[in-house]
Amino acid sequence: MLPDAHAQAHAAGEPHDHDVFEQHAPLTGEAAPRTAGRAFRVGVGGPVGSGKTALVAALCRTLGPEMQLGVVTNDIYTTEDADFLRRSGVLAPERIAAVETGCCPHTAVRDDIAANLDAVEGLEESFAPLELVLVESGGDNLTMTFSRGLVDVQLFVLDVSGGDKVPRKGGPGVTGSDLLVINKTDLAPLVGADLGVMDRDAAAVRRGKPVVFQSLREDPSASTVAEWIRDARKAWLEG
Amino acid sequence: MRQALLLLADSRLPAGAHAHSGGVAPAVDAGLVDHDLTLVTDFLRGRLHTAGLLAAAIAARACHLAGTHVPEPAPVGAAAVWAELDGEVDARTPAPEQRKVSRAQGRALLRVARGAFPHPGYAALGTHPHHPIALGVAVHAAGGTPPEAASLAVAAAISGPASAAVRLLGLDPLALTAAHAALAPMADAVVADATRYADQPSDALPAPSAPLLDLLAQAHARSEVRLFAS
Repeated sequence: MLPDAHAQAHAAGEPHDHDVFEQHAPLTGEAAPRTAGRAFRVGVGGPVGSGKTALVAALCRTLGPEMQLGVVTNDIYTTEDADFLRRSGVLAPERIAAVETGCCPHTAVRDDIAANLDAVEGLEESFAPLELVLVESGGDNLTMTFSRGLVDVQLFVLDVSGGDKVPRKGGPGVTGSDLLVINKTDLAPLVGADLGVMDRDAAAVRRGKPVVFQSLREDPSASTVAEWIRDARKAWLEG
Repeated sequence: MRQALLLLADSRLPAGAHAHSGGVAPAVDAGLVDHDLTLVTDFLRGRLHTAGLLAAAIAARACHLAGTHVPEPAPVGAAAVWAELDGEVDARTPAPEQRKVSRAQGRALLRVARGAFPHPGYAALGTHPHHPIALGVAVHAAGGTPPEAASLAVAAAISGPASAAVRLLGLDPLALTAAHAALAPMADAVVADATRYADQPSDALPAPSAPLLDLLAQAHARSEVRLFAS
């Protein structure tokens, strides 16, 4: 297969064969050097329906024009999220790769990151020099967290309609994520969620790590989260 | 058994196996396997004698070759030996999707093995070796023998689909484990059979096949709703 066609097949997750003599990036078996020739990797996790894919789409719209961007989605049993992003036209379809997770969305981003590493490295190879990769987890529950071997920083996305007690319940995503995003704040009055309670509880369990309240209806560009990612990438580049 | 080999045999090894059902997912979709434990056990038995035997023979052969054909110092024709084995595996894997899955899993295993059990033998395998070839070389690197490589390949060939069946069908894990254990003597016999191929020419490898599973694998790759990559 010609390299271009091959890269497209990779990115689209299409069936294709690998010849043993094909040139691919060598596998070192070691953690990739911090910044050498690879993209800044951002994990986006959170419960089903909390707005992860909508946030990723908004970030593509905002950050896509200013940096070389790729997206890896982890769907539980379809390529729904990848298809949604491709259809939404926020990013060239071949820059979106879908990973299948064998009934365990958690495992694919935390315990056994092999398929996700392959997907991220495939994008980095095809679109070098890639500057940012967003890795969206499959929707899961509050025990979700990303492996530090897969992503450099991670966002955990909750929505207010899941209940204002959720931050207090904690879990690795709520307490350990680098940025907690509390989504759909426009719905708070409709579902009786107290944003003040969520803010206070999140601050208590997160020991000062940042929390962003947002409504993509009111700010379709997800400007606060995008700014946080710019800053985090800058800090990462500076080591 | 060496502790290093137990690591390679562990289903928690981060080499991507959790996303593959060993053909159970498409068989469930096609209505060939359901909650009936007998059907699941029959599936595992069939798998043992086809994919299990083939993977085990390849792994044993690769483990043997790794002990005799490492690239440094390169014996004459070392690359050709590995290319021949790769070609023989391709020839015995008629479904393009299965070849793709085998190479994806081989790449993932190579990634783990290079870090865990460094060895010059990996250099001859390219970037996407077939999974049982990578397994055979990794077993050699971890201090194991061809029979042990065959044993690990057989175990993986049935434990993967058994675990997937529990997740997909909500089977009683205790009952399935008992059924799995009842297959152990048969699995040992397959290991012994497969080990015989370790020092035979690569073109003498067995060629068991399951045409229906090959067709289902192709259909699965085009399915809209997939819980497993294969």
